Amino acid sequence: MIFFSILTNFLYKFFIIFIVLICIIFCASMLSIVERKFLAYFQNRIGPNRVGWNGWLQLLADGIKILFKEDWIPPFSDQYIFCIAPLISFLTLLFVLFTIPIKKNFFIVDLNIGILFFFMMTSISVYGILLAGWSSQNKYSLLGAIRASAQMLSYEIFLGLSTMGVIAQSGSFNLIKIINSQKIIWNVIPQFFGFITFFIAILAICHRHPFDQPESEQELSDGYHIEYSGMKFGMFFIGEYISMITGASMITILFFGGGNGPIFPEYVWFILKTFFCILFFILCRASLPRPKYIHVMKFSWRICLPLTLLNLFFTAFFILYFKK
Amino acid sequence: MFIKIFFLQIYSQIRSLYLIFCNIFQASETRLYPEESLKLSSRYRGRIVLTRTKTGEERCVACGLCAAVCPVSCISLQKTEDKTGRWRSEFFRINFSRCIFCGLCEEACPTLAIQLIPDVELGDYEYKNLIYEKKDLLISGTGKYDDYDYYSFSGVTLKKTKIKKFFHKKKNVDIKSLLP
Ligand code: SF4
Ligand code: SF4
Repeated sequence: MIFFSILTNFLYKFFIIFIVLICIIFCASMLSIVERKFLAYFQNRIGPNRVGWNGWLQLLADGIKILFKEDWIPPFSDQYIFCIAPLISFLTLLFVLFTIPIKKNFFIVDLNIGILFFFMMTSISVYGILLAGWSSQNKYSLLGAIRASAQMLSYEIFLGLSTMGVIAQSGSFNLIKIINSQKIIWNVIPQFFGFITFFIAILAICHRHPFDQPESEQELSDGYHIEYSGMKFGMFFIGEYISMITGASMITILFFGGGNGPIFPEYVWFILKTFFCILFFILCRASLPRPKYIHVMKFSWRICLPLTLLNLFFTAFFILYFKK
Repeated sequence: MFIKIFFLQIYSQIRSLYLIFCNIFQASETRLYPEESLKLSSRYRGRIVLTRTKTGEERCVACGLCAAVCPVSCISLQKTEDKTGRWRSEFFRINFSRCIFCGLCEEACPTLAIQLIPDVELGDYEYKNLIYEKKDLLISGTGKYDDYDYYSFSGVTLKKTKIKKFFHKKKNVDIKSLLP
Protein backbone atom coordinates (compact mmCIF):
# COMPACT_ATOMS: atom_id res chain seq x y z
CA MET A 1 0.00 0.00 0.00
CA ILE A 2 2.77 2.38 0.91
CA PHE A 3 4.54 1.44 -2.25
CA PHE A 4 1.39 2.22 -4.19
CA SER A 5 0.97 5.66 -2.64
CA ILE A 6 4.61 6.44 -3.32
CA LEU A 7 4.12 5.39 -6.91
CA THR A 8 1.04 7.59 -7.41
CA ASN A 9 2.79 10.46 -5.72
CA PHE A 10 5.74 10.00 -8.02
CA LEU A 11 3.50 9.78 -11.05
CA TYR A 12 1.65 12.91 -10.00
CA LYS A 13 4.92 14.82 -9.62
CA PHE A 14 6.15 13.47 -12.90
CA PHE A 15 2.95 14.61 -14.60
CA ILE A 16 3.27 18.12 -13.17
CA ILE A 17 6.89 18.36 -14.22
CA PHE A 18 6.02 17.17 -17.70
CA ILE A 19 3.22 19.72 -18.08
CA VAL A 20 5.42 22.54 -16.83
CA LEU A 21 8.22 21.50 -19.13
CA ILE A 22 5.96 21.47 -22.17
CA CYS A 23 4.51 24.84 -21.19
CA ILE A 24 7.93 26.38 -20.73
CA ILE A 25 9.30 25.11 -24.01
CA PHE A 26 6.17 26.22 -25.84
CA CYS A 27 6.36 29.68 -24.24
CA ALA A 28 10.03 29.95 -25.09
CA SER A 29 9.49 29.12 -28.72
CA MET A 30 6.43 31.35 -28.87
CA LEU A 31 8.63 34.09 -27.47
CA SER A 32 10.68 34.04 -30.65
CA ILE A 33 7.59 35.04 -32.60
CA VAL A 34 6.60 37.61 -29.98
CA GLU A 35 10.06 39.06 -30.14
CA ARG A 36 10.02 39.30 -33.90
CA LYS A 37 6.61 40.95 -33.79
CA PHE A 38 7.63 43.48 -31.18
CA LEU A 39 10.96 44.22 -32.85
CA ALA A 40 8.99 44.92 -35.99
CA TYR A 41 6.64 47.26 -34.17
CA PHE A 42 9.56 49.09 -32.58
CA GLN A 43 11.07 49.61 -36.02
CA ASN A 44 7.83 50.55 -37.81
CA ARG A 45 7.67 47.26 -39.65
CA ILE A 46 4.97 44.61 -39.64
CA GLY A 47 6.93 41.47 -38.94
CA PRO A 48 5.94 37.91 -39.82
CA ASN A 49 2.34 38.06 -41.04
CA ARG A 50 1.88 35.22 -43.50
CA VAL A 51 1.23 32.07 -41.48
CA GLY A 52 -2.02 32.04 -39.58
CA TRP A 53 -3.84 35.08 -38.27
CA ASN A 54 -1.34 37.94 -38.43
CA GLY A 55 1.52 35.47 -38.40
CA TRP A 56 0.90 33.94 -35.01
CA LEU A 57 1.26 30.44 -36.42
CA GLN A 58 4.75 31.22 -37.69
CA LEU A 59 6.01 28.98 -34.91
CA LEU A 60 4.56 26.00 -36.71
CA ALA A 61 6.40 26.82 -39.90
CA ASP A 62 9.65 27.45 -38.06
CA GLY A 63 9.24 24.24 -36.11
CA ILE A 64 8.67 22.17 -39.22
CA LYS A 65 11.64 23.77 -40.90
CA ILE A 66 14.00 23.22 -37.99
CA LEU A 67 12.83 19.65 -37.39
CA PHE A 68 13.31 18.55 -40.96
CA LYS A 69 16.59 20.27 -41.63
CA GLU A 70 19.61 18.06 -42.05
CA ASP A 71 21.33 17.66 -38.72
CA TRP A 72 24.89 17.92 -39.90
CA ILE A 73 27.85 17.28 -37.65
CA PRO A 74 30.98 18.66 -39.25
CA PRO A 75 33.53 15.87 -39.74
CA PHE A 76 36.37 18.11 -38.60
CA SER A 77 34.72 18.86 -35.27
CA ASP A 78 35.10 17.29 -31.87
CA GLN A 79 31.95 15.27 -32.20
CA TYR A 80 31.00 14.35 -28.63
CA ILE A 81 31.55 17.83 -27.30
CA PHE A 82 29.84 19.23 -30.34
CA CYS A 83 26.71 17.26 -29.45
CA ILE A 84 26.85 17.93 -25.71
CA ALA A 85 27.23 21.70 -25.98
CA PRO A 86 23.68 22.58 -27.10
CA LEU A 87 22.31 20.30 -24.38
CA ILE A 88 24.22 22.19 -21.73
CA SER A 89 23.07 25.57 -22.84
CA PHE A 90 19.50 24.31 -23.24
CA LEU A 91 19.19 22.55 -19.91
CA THR A 92 21.08 24.66 -17.41
CA LEU A 93 18.75 27.61 -17.25
CA LEU A 94 15.75 25.34 -17.74
CA PHE A 95 16.65 23.72 -14.42
CA VAL A 96 16.51 27.10 -12.75
CA LEU A 97 12.93 27.56 -13.89
CA PHE A 98 11.95 24.50 -11.80
CA THR A 99 12.94 26.30 -8.62
CA ILE A 100 10.90 29.39 -9.38
CA PRO A 101 7.70 29.75 -7.36
CA ILE A 102 4.99 31.05 -9.64
CA LYS A 103 2.53 30.87 -6.76
CA LYS A 104 3.45 30.54 -3.10
CA ASN A 105 2.64 26.86 -3.22
CA PHE A 106 3.21 26.06 -6.86
CA PHE A 107 6.75 25.07 -7.58
CA ILE A 108 8.55 21.90 -8.45
CA VAL A 109 11.41 22.12 -5.99
CA ASP A 110 11.69 24.51 -3.08
CA LEU A 111 15.40 25.03 -2.66
CA ASN A 112 16.77 26.73 0.38
CA ILE A 113 19.62 27.96 -1.74
CA GLY A 114 17.44 29.17 -4.63
CA ILE A 115 19.61 32.09 -5.66
CA LEU A 116 22.86 30.18 -5.27
CA PHE A 117 21.46 27.50 -7.54
CA PHE A 118 20.70 30.18 -10.10
CA PHE A 119 24.28 31.51 -9.91
CA MET A 120 25.62 28.01 -10.27
CA MET A 121 23.57 27.29 -13.35
CA THR A 122 24.45 30.58 -15.02
CA SER A 123 28.13 29.81 -14.57
CA ILE A 124 27.63 26.38 -16.08
CA SER A 125 25.63 27.74 -19.00
CA VAL A 126 28.72 29.54 -20.28
CA TYR A 127 30.33 26.14 -20.83
CA GLY A 128 27.68 25.36 -23.40
CA ILE A 129 28.83 28.28 -25.51
CA LEU A 130 32.48 27.73 -24.76
CA LEU A 131 32.40 24.08 -25.75
CA ALA A 132 30.27 24.77 -28.81
CA GLY A 133 32.67 27.42 -30.04
CA TRP A 134 35.73 25.35 -29.30
CA SER A 135 34.54 22.04 -30.66
CA SER A 136 33.28 23.27 -34.01
CA GLN A 137 36.83 24.13 -35.10
CA ASN A 138 35.92 27.35 -36.77
CA LYS A 139 37.65 30.68 -36.34
CA TYR A 140 34.45 32.62 -35.95
CA SER A 141 32.94 30.28 -33.43
CA LEU A 142 36.18 30.24 -31.45
CA LEU A 143 36.19 34.03 -31.37
CA GLY A 144 32.59 33.93 -30.20
CA ALA A 145 33.48 31.51 -27.44
CA ILE A 146 36.38 33.66 -26.33
CA ARG A 147 34.11 36.64 -26.19
CA ALA A 148 31.55 34.69 -24.21
CA SER A 149 34.13 33.79 -21.59
CA ALA A 150 35.44 37.35 -21.51
CA GLN A 151 31.90 38.51 -20.96
CA MET A 152 31.44 36.01 -18.17
CA LEU A 153 34.50 37.50 -16.47
CA SER A 154 32.79 40.86 -16.66
CA TYR A 155 29.32 40.08 -15.42
CA GLU A 156 29.93 37.34 -12.88
CA ILE A 157 31.67 39.68 -10.48
CA PHE A 158 28.76 41.95 -9.98
CA LEU A 159 25.98 39.45 -10.61
CA GLY A 160 26.37 37.95 -7.15
CA LEU A 161 27.03 41.22 -5.38
CA SER A 162 24.02 42.93 -6.90
CA THR A 163 21.65 40.44 -5.30
CA MET A 164 23.41 40.48 -1.95
CA GLY A 165 21.45 43.54 -0.87
CA VAL A 166 18.19 41.70 -1.48
CA ILE A 167 19.44 38.66 0.36
CA ALA A 168 20.62 40.74 3.28
CA GLN A 169 17.21 42.40 3.52
CA SER A 170 15.27 39.20 3.51
CA GLY A 171 17.85 37.23 5.43
CA SER A 172 17.51 34.15 3.27
CA PHE A 173 18.53 32.59 -0.02
CA ASN A 174 15.11 31.03 -0.38
CA LEU A 175 13.10 32.59 -3.19
CA ILE A 176 9.77 32.32 -1.36
CA LYS A 177 11.16 34.06 1.67
CA ILE A 178 12.54 36.78 -0.56
CA ILE A 179 9.09 37.26 -2.08
CA ASN A 180 7.51 37.39 1.35
CA SER A 181 9.97 40.01 2.53
CA GLN A 182 8.69 42.39 -0.14
CA LYS A 183 5.13 42.62 1.17
CA ILE A 184 5.51 46.27 2.17
CA ILE A 185 7.64 47.66 -0.60
CA TRP A 186 9.15 46.11 -3.70
CA ASN A 187 12.88 45.77 -3.69
CA VAL A 188 13.29 48.00 -6.76
CA ILE A 189 13.06 51.12 -4.65
CA PRO A 190 15.38 50.40 -1.76
CA GLN A 191 17.72 48.35 -3.94
CA PHE A 192 17.64 50.48 -7.04
CA PHE A 193 21.32 50.18 -7.98
CA GLY A 194 21.20 46.51 -7.22
CA PHE A 195 18.28 46.26 -9.64
CA ILE A 196 20.08 48.10 -12.41
CA THR A 197 23.24 46.06 -12.15
CA PHE A 198 21.29 42.83 -11.86
CA PHE A 199 19.34 43.76 -14.94
CA ILE A 200 22.53 44.38 -16.88
CA ALA A 201 23.93 41.08 -15.64
CA ILE A 202 20.80 39.24 -16.74
CA LEU A 203 21.06 40.81 -20.19
CA ALA A 204 24.63 39.57 -20.37
CA ILE A 205 23.69 36.09 -19.15
CA CYS A 206 21.06 35.71 -21.84
CA HIS A 207 23.52 37.10 -24.42
CA ARG A 208 20.90 39.55 -25.46
CA HIS A 209 21.62 42.78 -27.24
CA PRO A 210 23.55 44.90 -26.39
CA PHE A 211 25.65 42.12 -24.83
CA ASP A 212 25.52 39.62 -27.65
CA GLN A 213 29.21 39.76 -28.51
CA PRO A 214 29.50 35.95 -28.66
CA GLU A 215 26.89 35.91 -31.38
CA SER A 216 27.30 39.27 -33.10
CA GLU A 217 25.74 38.36 -36.38
CA GLN A 218 27.37 41.19 -38.28
CA GLU A 219 31.02 40.46 -37.55
CA LEU A 220 31.12 36.80 -36.56
CA SER A 221 28.13 35.68 -38.60
CA ASP A 222 26.48 33.95 -35.62
CA GLY A 223 29.55 33.27 -33.52
CA TYR A 224 29.55 30.11 -31.49
CA HIS A 225 26.70 28.31 -33.25
CA ILE A 226 27.88 28.93 -36.79
CA GLU A 227 28.41 25.22 -37.51
CA TYR A 228 25.16 24.07 -35.96
CA SER A 229 22.11 23.17 -37.93
CA GLY A 230 18.76 21.51 -37.50
CA MET A 231 17.56 20.69 -34.03
CA LYS A 232 20.91 21.42 -32.39
CA PHE A 233 20.68 24.98 -33.56
CA GLY A 234 17.08 24.97 -32.41
CA MET A 235 18.22 24.00 -28.94
CA PHE A 236 20.58 26.96 -28.79
CA PHE A 237 17.84 29.14 -30.13
CA ILE A 238 15.16 28.03 -27.69
CA GLY A 239 17.75 27.91 -24.92
CA GLU A 240 18.29 31.61 -25.39
CA TYR A 241 14.60 32.30 -24.93
CA ILE A 242 14.40 29.98 -21.93
CA SER A 243 17.24 31.91 -20.36
CA MET A 244 15.31 35.07 -21.11
CA ILE A 245 12.27 33.72 -19.28
CA THR A 246 14.44 32.58 -16.40
CA GLY A 247 16.18 35.92 -16.16
CA ALA A 248 12.95 37.87 -16.34
CA SER A 249 11.29 35.75 -13.67
CA MET A 250 14.40 36.09 -11.48
CA ILE A 251 14.14 39.86 -11.79
CA THR A 252 10.45 39.66 -10.96
CA ILE A 253 11.10 37.61 -7.86
CA LEU A 254 14.08 39.52 -6.55
CA PHE A 255 13.00 43.06 -7.28
CA PHE A 256 9.32 43.21 -8.15
CA GLY A 257 7.82 41.15 -5.38
CA GLY A 258 7.09 37.99 -7.34
CA GLY A 259 3.35 37.37 -7.42
CA ASN A 260 2.48 40.04 -4.89
CA GLY A 261 -0.17 42.41 -6.10
CA PRO A 262 -3.76 43.45 -5.57
CA ILE A 263 -6.99 42.08 -7.08
CA PHE A 264 -5.65 39.48 -9.49
CA PRO A 265 -4.40 36.10 -8.39
CA GLU A 266 -0.70 35.64 -7.85
CA TYR A 267 0.20 33.84 -11.03
CA VAL A 268 -1.39 36.53 -13.18
CA TRP A 269 0.76 39.15 -11.54
CA PHE A 270 3.81 36.97 -11.86
CA ILE A 271 3.27 36.34 -15.56
CA LEU A 272 2.46 39.98 -16.22
CA LYS A 273 5.59 41.23 -14.50
CA THR A 274 7.76 38.66 -16.23
CA PHE A 275 6.26 39.58 -19.56
CA PHE A 276 7.00 43.24 -19.02
CA CYS A 277 10.59 42.40 -18.15
CA ILE A 278 10.88 40.42 -21.36
CA LEU A 279 9.36 43.30 -23.29
CA PHE A 280 12.02 45.55 -21.85
CA PHE A 281 14.68 43.08 -23.00
CA ILE A 282 13.24 43.28 -26.49
CA LEU A 283 13.15 47.06 -26.33
CA CYS A 284 16.83 47.06 -25.35
CA ARG A 285 17.57 44.85 -28.32
CA ALA A 286 15.72 47.17 -30.66
CA SER A 287 17.37 50.35 -29.52
CA LEU A 288 20.86 49.91 -28.11
CA PRO A 289 23.99 49.36 -30.19
CA ARG A 290 26.50 46.67 -29.30
CA PRO A 291 29.70 47.78 -27.57
CA LYS A 292 33.07 46.05 -27.93
CA TYR A 293 33.61 43.36 -25.37
CA ILE A 294 36.54 45.27 -23.94
CA HIS A 295 34.20 48.13 -23.24
CA VAL A 296 31.75 45.80 -21.56
CA MET A 297 34.55 44.59 -19.32
CA LYS A 298 35.66 48.11 -18.54
CA PHE A 299 32.11 49.16 -17.80
CA SER A 300 31.43 46.27 -15.51
CA TRP A 301 34.67 46.45 -13.52
CA ARG A 302 34.86 50.20 -13.25
CA ILE A 303 31.24 51.16 -12.83
CA CYS A 304 29.01 48.24 -11.98
CA LEU A 305 31.31 46.65 -9.40
CA PRO A 306 31.78 49.84 -7.34
CA LEU A 307 28.09 50.56 -7.67
CA THR A 308 27.09 47.17 -6.30
CA LEU A 309 29.66 47.43 -3.52
CA LEU A 310 28.30 50.82 -2.53
CA ASN A 311 24.78 49.47 -2.65
CA LEU A 312 25.72 46.54 -0.47
CA PHE A 313 27.54 48.83 1.93
CA PHE A 314 24.56 51.11 2.39
CA THR A 315 22.16 48.20 2.72
CA ALA A 316 24.33 46.74 5.44
CA PHE A 317 24.52 50.10 7.15
CA PHE A 318 20.75 50.54 7.18
CA ILE A 319 20.09 47.03 8.35
CA LEU A 320 22.53 47.41 11.21
CA TYR A 321 21.20 50.83 12.14
CA PHE A 322 17.50 49.97 12.17
CA LYS A 323 17.55 46.41 13.37
CA LYS A 324 20.30 46.81 15.94
CA MET B 1 34.59 65.84 -16.93
CA PHE B 2 34.52 62.06 -16.89
CA ILE B 3 31.40 62.12 -14.75
CA LYS B 4 29.70 64.56 -17.06
CA ILE B 5 30.42 62.40 -20.11
CA PHE B 6 29.28 59.34 -18.22
CA PHE B 7 25.93 60.84 -17.33
CA LEU B 8 25.48 62.23 -20.82
CA GLN B 9 26.04 58.77 -22.24
CA ILE B 10 23.56 57.23 -19.85
CA TYR B 11 21.08 59.92 -20.76
CA SER B 12 21.53 59.22 -24.46
CA GLN B 13 20.95 55.50 -23.91
CA ILE B 14 17.75 56.15 -22.01
CA ARG B 15 16.65 58.63 -24.59
CA SER B 16 17.14 56.18 -27.42
CA LEU B 17 15.20 53.57 -25.45
CA TYR B 18 12.38 56.06 -25.07
CA LEU B 19 12.40 57.12 -28.70
CA ILE B 20 12.33 53.56 -29.95
CA PHE B 21 9.50 52.77 -27.57
CA CYS B 22 7.48 55.67 -28.98
CA ASN B 23 7.70 54.01 -32.38
CA ILE B 24 5.28 51.36 -31.24
CA PHE B 25 2.42 53.83 -31.55
CA GLN B 26 3.25 54.81 -35.10
CA ALA B 27 1.91 53.26 -38.23
CA SER B 28 4.09 50.81 -40.04
CA GLU B 29 6.07 51.85 -43.09
CA THR B 30 5.85 48.46 -44.75
CA ARG B 31 3.73 48.18 -47.85
CA LEU B 32 2.10 44.80 -48.19
CA TYR B 33 3.02 44.39 -51.84
CA PRO B 34 0.95 41.59 -53.33
CA GLU B 35 -2.17 42.77 -51.50
CA GLU B 36 -1.49 46.44 -52.12
CA SER B 37 -0.77 47.38 -55.70
CA LEU B 38 2.57 48.89 -56.58
CA LYS B 39 2.84 52.58 -57.32
CA LEU B 40 6.13 53.04 -59.10
CA SER B 41 7.35 56.26 -60.65
CA SER B 42 7.40 56.35 -64.45
CA ARG B 43 11.20 56.54 -64.29
CA TYR B 44 11.39 53.21 -62.50
CA ARG B 45 13.52 50.72 -64.43
CA GLY B 46 11.55 47.57 -65.06
CA ARG B 47 10.64 45.51 -68.13
CA ILE B 48 12.20 46.61 -71.41
CA VAL B 49 10.08 47.46 -74.44
CA LEU B 50 10.82 48.44 -78.03
CA THR B 51 8.70 51.36 -79.10
CA ARG B 52 7.40 52.76 -82.36
CA THR B 53 7.12 56.27 -83.69
CA LYS B 54 3.85 58.14 -83.84
CA THR B 55 3.30 56.90 -87.35
CA GLY B 56 3.61 53.32 -86.24
CA GLU B 57 7.09 52.66 -87.62
CA GLU B 58 9.68 50.75 -85.64
CA ARG B 59 12.13 53.12 -84.05
CA CYS B 60 15.02 50.69 -83.72
CA VAL B 61 17.66 51.02 -86.44
CA ALA B 62 19.68 47.99 -85.30
CA CYS B 63 22.79 50.03 -84.60
CA GLY B 64 23.74 47.61 -81.83
CA LEU B 65 24.74 50.30 -79.35
CA CYS B 66 22.49 48.86 -76.68
CA ALA B 67 24.01 45.41 -77.06
CA ALA B 68 27.49 46.92 -76.92
CA VAL B 69 26.85 48.89 -73.76
CA CYS B 70 24.99 46.20 -71.87
CA PRO B 71 27.23 45.17 -68.96
CA VAL B 72 25.87 41.63 -68.81
CA SER B 73 25.54 41.15 -72.58
CA CYS B 74 21.94 40.09 -72.50
CA ILE B 75 20.84 41.80 -75.70
CA SER B 76 21.44 40.08 -78.99
CA LEU B 77 20.23 41.38 -82.36
CA GLN B 78 20.83 41.06 -86.05
CA LYS B 79 20.64 43.80 -88.62
CA THR B 80 18.83 43.66 -91.98
CA GLU B 81 18.18 46.33 -94.57
CA ASP B 82 15.00 47.50 -96.26
CA LYS B 83 14.77 48.15 -100.01
CA THR B 84 14.96 51.82 -99.18
CA GLY B 85 18.16 51.30 -97.30
CA ARG B 86 16.66 51.72 -93.88
CA TRP B 87 18.11 49.48 -91.22
CA ARG B 88 15.97 47.39 -88.96
CA SER B 89 16.54 44.41 -86.73
CA GLU B 90 15.94 40.92 -88.05
CA PHE B 91 15.67 39.53 -84.58
CA PHE B 92 15.97 41.27 -81.30
CA ARG B 93 16.32 39.19 -78.16
CA ILE B 94 16.66 40.18 -74.52
CA ASN B 95 17.40 37.61 -71.88
CA PHE B 96 15.58 38.93 -68.83
CA SER B 97 17.04 36.31 -66.58
CA ARG B 98 20.38 38.04 -67.00
CA CYS B 99 19.29 41.65 -67.31
CA ILE B 100 20.16 43.72 -64.24
CA PHE B 101 17.84 46.59 -65.16
CA CYS B 102 20.65 49.12 -65.12
CA GLY B 103 19.08 51.22 -67.84
CA LEU B 104 22.33 51.74 -69.78
CA CYS B 105 20.75 50.48 -72.99
CA GLU B 106 18.08 53.15 -72.75
CA GLU B 107 20.72 55.83 -72.28
CA ALA B 108 22.79 54.57 -75.21
CA CYS B 109 20.00 54.26 -77.73
CA PRO B 110 20.08 57.14 -80.24
CA THR B 111 16.54 56.57 -81.50
CA LEU B 112 14.88 56.16 -78.09
CA ALA B 113 13.59 52.82 -79.29
CA ILE B 114 14.54 50.77 -76.27
CA GLN B 115 12.85 51.91 -73.09
CA LEU B 116 12.49 50.61 -69.58
CA ILE B 117 8.99 50.81 -68.17
CA PRO B 118 7.86 50.49 -64.56
CA ASP B 119 6.65 46.91 -64.78
CA VAL B 120 8.55 44.63 -62.44
CA GLU B 121 6.32 41.60 -62.28
CA LEU B 122 8.44 39.35 -64.45
CA GLY B 123 8.57 36.22 -62.33
CA ASP B 124 8.48 32.87 -64.07
CA TYR B 125 9.22 29.26 -63.30
CA GLU B 126 11.39 28.63 -66.34
CA TYR B 127 14.40 30.48 -67.61
CA LYS B 128 13.31 29.75 -71.13
CA ASN B 129 10.22 31.91 -70.74
CA LEU B 130 12.33 34.88 -69.76
CA ILE B 131 13.99 35.17 -73.14
CA TYR B 132 11.87 37.79 -74.88
CA GLU B 133 11.84 37.89 -78.66
CA LYS B 134 11.12 40.91 -80.81
CA LYS B 135 7.40 40.21 -80.98
CA ASP B 136 7.25 40.18 -77.17
CA LEU B 137 9.26 43.35 -76.85
CA LEU B 138 7.70 45.47 -79.54
CA ILE B 139 4.77 47.58 -78.44
CA SER B 140 2.49 49.59 -80.63
CA GLY B 141 2.79 52.85 -78.73
CA THR B 142 5.49 55.46 -78.40
CA GLY B 143 6.40 54.70 -74.83
CA LYS B 144 7.65 57.50 -72.66
CA TYR B 145 8.67 59.91 -75.44
CA ASP B 146 5.78 60.91 -77.57
CA ASP B 147 7.01 63.19 -80.36
CA TYR B 148 10.54 61.98 -81.01
CA ASP B 149 11.20 60.62 -84.46
CA TYR B 150 14.82 59.93 -85.36
CA TYR B 151 14.06 59.56 -89.04
CA SER B 152 12.54 63.00 -89.26
CA PHE B 153 16.01 64.58 -89.15
CA SER B 154 18.39 61.79 -90.06
CA GLY B 155 18.68 58.70 -92.16
CA VAL B 156 19.07 57.62 -95.75
CA THR B 157 15.61 58.51 -97.03
CA LEU B 158 15.67 62.07 -95.86
CA LYS B 159 16.11 65.15 -98.07
CA LYS B 160 18.51 67.84 -96.97
CA THR B 161 16.05 70.70 -96.89
CA LYS B 162 14.01 69.08 -94.19
CA ILE B 163 16.98 68.66 -91.90
CA LYS B 164 17.69 72.35 -92.03
CA LYS B 165 14.12 73.10 -91.19
CA PHE B 166 14.21 70.78 -88.23
CA PHE B 167 17.37 72.21 -86.73
CA HIS B 168 16.04 75.66 -87.35
CA LYS B 169 13.00 74.87 -85.30
CA LYS B 170 14.69 73.31 -82.32
CA LYS B 171 17.86 75.25 -81.83
CA ASN B 172 18.55 74.76 -78.18
CA VAL B 173 18.60 70.98 -78.02
CA ASP B 174 21.45 69.69 -75.89
CA ILE B 175 22.80 67.04 -78.23
CA LYS B 176 25.48 65.86 -75.79
CA SER B 177 23.09 64.72 -73.10
CA LEU B 178 21.86 61.18 -73.25
CA LEU B 179 19.18 61.86 -70.70
CA PRO B 180 15.63 62.34 -71.92
S1 SF4 C 1 17.37 49.61 -79.61
FE1 SF4 C 1 18.40 51.54 -79.98
S2 SF4 C 1 20.55 51.14 -79.50
FE2 SF4 C 1 19.55 49.14 -79.68
S3 SF4 C 1 19.90 48.55 -81.80
FE3 SF4 C 1 17.91 49.57 -81.77
S4 SF4 C 1 18.39 51.69 -82.22
FE4 SF4 C 1 20.33 50.75 -81.67
S1 SF4 D 1 18.94 47.34 -68.64
FE1 SF4 D 1 21.16 47.04 -68.51
S2 SF4 D 1 21.38 44.84 -68.31
FE2 SF4 D 1 19.29 45.15 -69.02
S3 SF4 D 1 19.45 45.01 -71.23
FE3 SF4 D 1 19.69 47.16 -70.74
S4 SF4 D 1 21.91 47.46 -70.57
FE4 SF4 D 1 21.53 45.25 -70.48
